[in-house]
Order: sequence, then C-alpha cells, then structure tokens
Amino acid sequence: MNWLKPRLGAGVIERRCERERVFVVRGLTKIYLMGEVEIQALRGVDLDLYAGELTVMLGASGSGKSTLLNILGGLDRASGGEVRYRDQDLTRARDRVLTDFRRRHVGFVFQFYNLIASLTARENVALVTEISPAPMRPEEALDLVGLGDRLDHFPSQLSGGEQQRVAIARAVAKRPAVLLCDEPTGALDSRTGVRVLQVLQQVNRDLGTTTAVITHNAVIGDMADRVIRLADGQVQDIQINAARRDPAELQW
Amino acid sequence: MRDLVPIAGQVAAIAVVLGAGVMVLILSVTTLDALALSKARFYESHHFAQVFADLKRAPEGLARSLQEIPGVNQVETRVIAPMRLEVPGFPEPVRGQILSLPDGRQPRLNQLYLREGGLPDPERTDQVVISAPFAEAHGLRVGAPLTAIIDGRLERLTVIGVALSPEFVYQVGPADLLPDYQRYAVLWMNRRALGHAMDMDGAFNSLLVSLQAGADQDQVIEALDRYLARYGGVGAIGREDQLSHRFLSDELDQLRVMATVLPAIFLAVAAFLLNLLMGRIIQNQRQSIAILKAFGYTGWDLAVHYGLLTALIVVVGAALGVGFGAWAAEGLAVIYTEYFRFPALSLRLQPAVVVLAVLVAAGAAALGTGRAVFGAVRLPPAQAMRPPAPERFRPSWLEGSALWPRLGQPTRIILRNLLRHRFKALLSMIGIGLSGGLLLLGSYQFNAVDHLLDIQYRLVMKMDTHLVFTEATSERALAELRGLPGVAYVEGYRRVPVRLINGPRHYRTGIEGLEPEPQLRGLLDADRRPIRLPPEGLFLTDYLAGYLDLEVGDRVQVEIMEGHRRILEVDLAGTVDEPIGVSAYMERRALNRLMGEGPAISGAWLLTDAAERDRLFERLWEVPRVAGIGVIADAERQFRDYMDDTVLVMMGILLVMAGSITFAVVYNNARMTFSERVRELATLRVLGMTQTEVGWVLIGEIALLTMLAIPLGWLVGTGFAVLLNEAMTMDMFRVPFIITTWTYAFSAAGVLLASLLSLLLIARRLRDLDMILALKTIE
Repeated sequence: MNWLKPRLGAGVIERRCERERVFVVRGLTKIYLMGEVEIQALRGVDLDLYAGELTVMLGASGSGKSTLLNILGGLDRASGGEVRYRDQDLTRARDRVLTDFRRRHVGFVFQFYNLIASLTARENVALVTEISPAPMRPEEALDLVGLGDRLDHFPSQLSGGEQQRVAIARAVAKRPAVLLCDEPTGALDSRTGVRVLQVLQQVNRDLGTTTAVITHNAVIGDMADRVIRLADGQVQDIQINAARRDPAELQW
Repeated sequence: MRDLVPIAGQVAAIAVVLGAGVMVLILSVTTLDALALSKARFYESHHFAQVFADLKRAPEGLARSLQEIPGVNQVETRVIAPMRLEVPGFPEPVRGQILSLPDGRQPRLNQLYLREGGLPDPERTDQVVISAPFAEAHGLRVGAPLTAIIDGRLERLTVIGVALSPEFVYQVGPADLLPDYQRYAVLWMNRRALGHAMDMDGAFNSLLVSLQAGADQDQVIEALDRYLARYGGVGAIGREDQLSHRFLSDELDQLRVMATVLPAIFLAVAAFLLNLLMGRIIQNQRQSIAILKAFGYTGWDLAVHYGLLTALIVVVGAALGVGFGAWAAEGLAVIYTEYFRFPALSLRLQPAVVVLAVLVAAGAAALGTGRAVFGAVRLPPAQAMRPPAPERFRPSWLEGSALWPRLGQPTRIILRNLLRHRFKALLSMIGIGLSGGLLLLGSYQFNAVDHLLDIQYRLVMKMDTHLVFTEATSERALAELRGLPGVAYVEGYRRVPVRLINGPRHYRTGIEGLEPEPQLRGLLDADRRPIRLPPEGLFLTDYLAGYLDLEVGDRVQVEIMEGHRRILEVDLAGTVDEPIGVSAYMERRALNRLMGEGPAISGAWLLTDAAERDRLFERLWEVPRVAGIGVIADAERQFRDYMDDTVLVMMGILLVMAGSITFAVVYNNARMTFSERVRELATLRVLGMTQTEVGWVLIGEIALLTMLAIPLGWLVGTGFAVLLNEAMTMDMFRVPFIITTWTYAFSAAGVLLASLLSLLLIARRLRDLDMILALKTIE
C-alpha cells in the first residue's frame, strides 16, 4: 500500500493516525484544455483530510485550490493520480456515482451563495433535505445558522451575509460528512464575513463535519486545525495550528 | 461576428420564422400576380371581347347597325354550334362546341393563339383548329382525323391547328364546374363551312363586341338587347358573366384573399416572434455587453454591433423567404395553368412586394433588438458584470392552495418562475400559441374540404349519372329512360337560365325545377335536413340570398333568359344550404307554369346498375336529344383533384411553414429558458440532484407553458380559420367552417412534437452542463 505513504507531513500522520482519513489524495494532476492551450492546474498533489477537522486551503488565484476542491467535491475528474473518499475511489467514477456521492456526503458553500431566488430560505434548505436520507428539518438547520426567524424570506429579502448563512444551512442540513466552502467570504465585507466564519466553525464543532475552506485570505487560516498552502498546482506546505482562533478575533 | 457561433442555432431559428413569413407573402402575391398578369396580357394581345350575346339567328346585315350603337368599338359576328365528336381510339363520345372563324383569317375579337399548325385554308371546309388542352388530353397533332356530328350531320374533319383562346382560358362545359379536357372539346372552323352545316349562310347566332374607352357597358348591353330581342337574343352579357372569365375571376378573387389574409397573419406572427426572440437573445448577452462597454465601446458602437446581427438575420431570412417563395410560386402557378390556359405564364418577382416584406421583417427585428439593446446599454458595466442581485420573489396566490405544501421544491421553482415572470411567460405562451394557431390554419382546410365533398357527393348529388337534353323535352322521355338497360331509378328536372334581380343587385344563374321531394338531388336546410319544395315559391342557395340581400318572403324579380325573354316576380320561399354552386330551385311543375309550358324537363338523373353501365351509355349516346352525359363519380374525382392541386397545395406549403415556425419558436423558447436557468440548474446539480431531477425544472417549465399554449393555439387558430373562411366564401364553392377534433389534435401534436425535439436538443446541453463554469461565471 505504497500510495498510503504521504510524501509530505509525515509527522501529522503519526500524530493523528488514530483519526479516520476522509479524503486521501495521491499524485493528483489536472490538465485543462483551454482552446488549444493546455493548462496544468494540479501537478501532483498529495493530501489527507481527517474526519472532523477544519482545514483552510490558501493560495493565490491560479494556485489550483479551486480545482482541488472541485475534484474533492465530485464536480470534476482528475487527469491523473488518485482521490479516495473513505473506501470509495472517485478518480474515475462515473457521473451517476459522483452525483450520488455529492448527494449523500458533500455539502457545498459557494462564493456567490447560489441560492435559488425563487425559493424561500426554508425552501432552499428543503431542496436538499427532500433528497437526503437522514436530514435535519429545514427549520432546525436555519436555527443552527441563527436564521430561525427568517424562514419565509426570499433571497432578495436577505443581506449577503444572511444569504450565505442560508447557503450554509442548506449545505449542512443533510448532515454531510464533508463541508466544502469555496471563498465563502469572498463577496462579503469583513464584519459579515466573520459572522459567516463563526457559523462554519460552530457547525464544524457541533456536528463534527469535516470542513475544508478555500480562500486567498491568509488571516482565515488562523481558525483552522491545519492550513494547506497551494502554489502552482502543488502543496507548498502544511501548517498545523496548535490552537484554533475564534473567527471573532480575526481581522482583515 | 464570432459571437454568432454560440447562438447560431437561435439565429437560424429566427431567420426561419422570418423567412416563413416572407415566403408566404411572396408565394401568394407572386402566384396571384402571375395569373392576373398572364390573364391581362392574353386578353389584351388577343383582343378578348367585352360584351357577348347569343341569339337564335340574325342576318349578317344587322352587324352594321350594331356597329352604330354608341360606345361600341368593334363587332364580330360568328356562328356557334354544339356538337358531338368521335376521337379515334377514345371509346366515349365527346361533347363540345364548334365556333366559326372568318374564312382564312383571325377574327377581330377573341383571336386564337396558335400553339401548332395554322388557320384553316379559306377554301377548305374540312379543316379545324382544336383547343390545346383537348389536343393534349388525346395526344392529337396537326393532321389527325376527327368525326363530328354537327346539327345531326356527320362531318369528317382534319386538325389543321392547335390553339388557345382568351374565351376558353377556363375550358369548361356549360353545366360543369371543372374542366374535363377528354370529354369536352372546343373547335374552330371556317365560317362558310360551319354556316353551311348549320344552315346559317349569311346569318349569325353569336356576337362579340368591344367597347370604346369610357363607354357605359350597361347602356351598350341594353341597346344590344333591344336590337337582338326579335332575333331570339337571350341577353347580352359582360365579361363578368362570361363563363371562363367568371371562373378565372373567382379564382383570382380567392387567391387575392389568400394573398392578403395569409401573409398578413404569417408576417404579423413572424414579426411578433422576431421581436420576442431578438429581445431575449440580447438580454442573455448582458455580460458580453458589459465587457464590451468596459473596454470602452460606446452605446452607439453596441447598437451598431447588434444592428449588424439583426441585419444579418433579416437578410438571411428575407433571402430564404424570397427564394423559396418565388420557387414555390412558380410551382403553384404551373399547377394553376393546368386549369387556366394561357399562352405564357408571366411570372415575375415584384420588387415592391420584396421591399415590403423586407421592411416588415427589418422593422420587427429592429424593434425587438432596439428595445433590448437599449436596456442592456443603459446598465453601468460594473453592475452588468456582477452577478445580478437575486430576483425579487413574493409568495404567490398559489401558495394558499391545499396543493402547495405537497409540491416538491423543483416544482415550486417552476411555478414561482412562471408567476414571477408572468409577462415573459405570457409572451412565450402567446408565441407558441400563435405558431400552434398557424398549424391549425394550415391544416383545417384539409378536413373541411373533405367534409365539403362528402356533403356534396353523399347528401346532395345522390344520382350516379346526369343527363342533359339539347332542349326542353316532354316528361314522357322519362318513361323511355326507365326502359333502358340497367336503369334503376329516374328523376327528371327542368333547368331555366335566369337573371335574379333585387333592386340594384342581380345574378345570372339557373332555376332548377325538381320533384317536391327529390330522391336523387338533396336539398338541405341549415341543419342538413332534407327540404320539401312547396307547390309555389323559389328557393335560393343561402349564399345567393345573402348576395342578393333577400329574406324569405321577399319578392324576387326573375328575368327568364330562355326563349321569349320576360321578367316575372316570384316569392322567396326559403333557402338551401349547399357548399358548391349557386342555384335557385322550384317545384318542377311550378316552374313549368311560370314558363307557360307543359310538363317539360331539361334533363334527367339516373341511378344505374354498374354492371350494365357500358351498354346503357352506348344506348344513351344514340338518343339524339341527349347533349351530355355526366358521370358523378368522375365529377367528384375531378373536384377532389382540383382541390388537391390548388387549395390544398397552397395549404400544404403553409403547413410546412407553420411547422418550421412552430419548431423555431419552441426551440428558441426552450433554449432561452435553458440559458436563463443555467446557473440555477448547475447549482442543483452540484447540490446532488440527478440529471433527471434537474431536467424536470427545465422540462416542467417548458411543458407547462406548452400545455397552456396549446388551447391558446386552438383559439387563435380557430380565429384565423374563421377569418380565412369568411374571406374565401365565393360563388364556385364555400368551404364549410368545420374544424374537426382531428385538426385540433394535429395542431396540438405539432406543438408537442416541436417541444419534444427541442427538449431532446436541450437535453444534450443539460448532460454536458459544466457545473464549475456555471458556478464561477455570472449569468
């Protein structure tokens, strides 16, 4: 089982070997064809994500962090290497398998929230709970993000931060194993952003959901268990925080 | 123009909508123009007479006096005779008429256009010119021998020429509706020869007159009638009552209606759809517009850019429409020339019509583009490049319903979207509805025509054989007919040519005298129940009663056009509902009394045994009084062929156009809905919904709109059909306004099929939906 041996962060493995590995990534490459130009977005990424931890992936735009997140979330397929979710191989999974994977295990939070404008907060959450095996009630999920009093508001009646919290409620309502967040504060001012991060932290803490947040904002790294820095499609380094800071203390 | 590539399908679809509208205009106007122009040229170049008069016999010297009538330009006297003809190799006898030509030269009026050969040698008595369609029907060429029976005398003739005459553009027997070129012939021979055969030396029985410019035709006719009365004149008529001209004018009227109503409907629909589609395409391009603006393009530059796009669509659409329209018009005109014979078909594309079509198209497109471009250009670029703020939704009235809580979220998305964009949804619905309406318009006549022929040949013409006598005959002839082999049932009828007059309105037709309860000739009331003729009083075809502005109980003036001419008054006793022809009816003995004659008949209807028919016909032809034998089954077949060839070909073309429009509209609508929803659809996919579940959001919306649009299409189409039907009501036949379930089903099926095809095309896009791109990009 040579592929289980990570080339980086061996110390981490030793310290956390008792913890379950949710994602195992080995030698991951991704090549896009943009017209006639090949773009190598990932050039051999090795990575593990552990159950219950909150990871922040930092990188400039073009570092490959979004590509990595998309592959982890089953939105895209790798060109080479391997991705495993628990004992499931996602590397060459078919579309139907990936859909099922997203449906059962993954919650997504997007930079632009991607709420369905024609549905209320409650209905946006229900959209997911209707197709999940053991979900929370939509009201419960919205309570969790502090929007219990905004159930019947349409997205247009909510502020950006509130919309993002609805999106988080929608993502966690099915009790996913992993929560993947793509620049969740990217479209928000810092005060609102902090509020959103607090919700993410709370979800991670209370539900034990494995959470990965990608951002280019280094400050956010302080709230994570681990910070993974990406550059040029490769993992540059992994930093383990001795203690997670409360998002309320963060400033940018 | 590179940004055309992603929307090429839509642009093509829009061009098709436009092209279809333009094509219908070009097709109908060009066909109409070709026939009208060919007619005008033929009449002009071959000096078609303006007034026609038939009489018993007048001395040639009278012509000089007639020439003196004020307003008369030229006078041509001639001899006309009915005849029977035997064509070698054709088993059935042929009826027809033979007309005189001035010995060895063209007449001054109604000149012949010689297709082949020449005029008879002035010295010869056995040479004839034959009409071209008759020659074609039998493959007769110059030199072919014919045997004719003229006034009971056998004449052996030789074909010397094959010709067309402006008088016989529509060459039809006097009692027929449709030409039968095999069984009805027109011949011309030297005046001296024909006069001799008819005992008309130095006399004439037919007169052609042309008028001076500005002359009053009615006054000339009145004067002619005064002169000719004592020579057995049956009343001079103008072109409007001349048989061939009347049919031709009727057909042109009908085409004119189609050339007005149909293009108006099609172009209006196309213009509306164009406006709709252009508007939506440009709204979808908001982001590109913003980027261009960010690069420093001015609103004017953008207007020019989209103006060029619009111009491209207009040019492509108009070119398609004009090209196909002209091509189809030629085809259709050629079909018409099977029925209307001209020396040459003058087909031309009228620049004014092309310009009109292009202007309408360009106007509609510019309006649609302009509105949308203006809206897009007004946005500051930064705002256009940000993702649009979530659209404002409110709970709708639907949510109070008991059903709402049971609806899944995707269904709620569909309903809220439709209700939020009520106006847009309504426009889409109207768009699809209009194209469904066009489908209905294009197809209803197929069934209606069938229905018309079924009424005519199952309920009205119940005889299988129709006999016309040379002149009024005693009803004792019926007994003789009953004794012939294979005759199962006989019914006699009297037919008197008349002019019906009510104040300023008048109409030439015939009164048919029938048994009180005719068994072989159905007379139907508006509910298609048989009518019993009362012992007194006149019945009119309801169309004719309307035309003459008569109500039941009114007095009608009847001018008898047979024998001794006089004007009598009769009460209008009722109306008859029949789809073909314009006739008047009376009880036969009442008509005999009106005519001051004994129990006379003009012909008879028979029911015969098919097995004995050949023997029967052989015997019938030997009866000297029988001028013509009509086989109803042949007439029905001819009528069906005629309808298939003319009205239904036109309608078939329309149907193809309507189908293209429907597909283009439905596809475009689906495609637009897809682009507008692509971000949401991608989000749903990311959230773990399967392709099928996500597909429902899209398909459900389109399907719901389509379902709502189908009844709208029925409504609109029925309206179009009523419009066309009203406009197309005319003398020769009136297509009953019948829309069958089949027609509605057809329209619905057309729309559904278009939706299905569109969805299949969209399904491919749905499968290849790029979730990542859709999440990252805005709009």
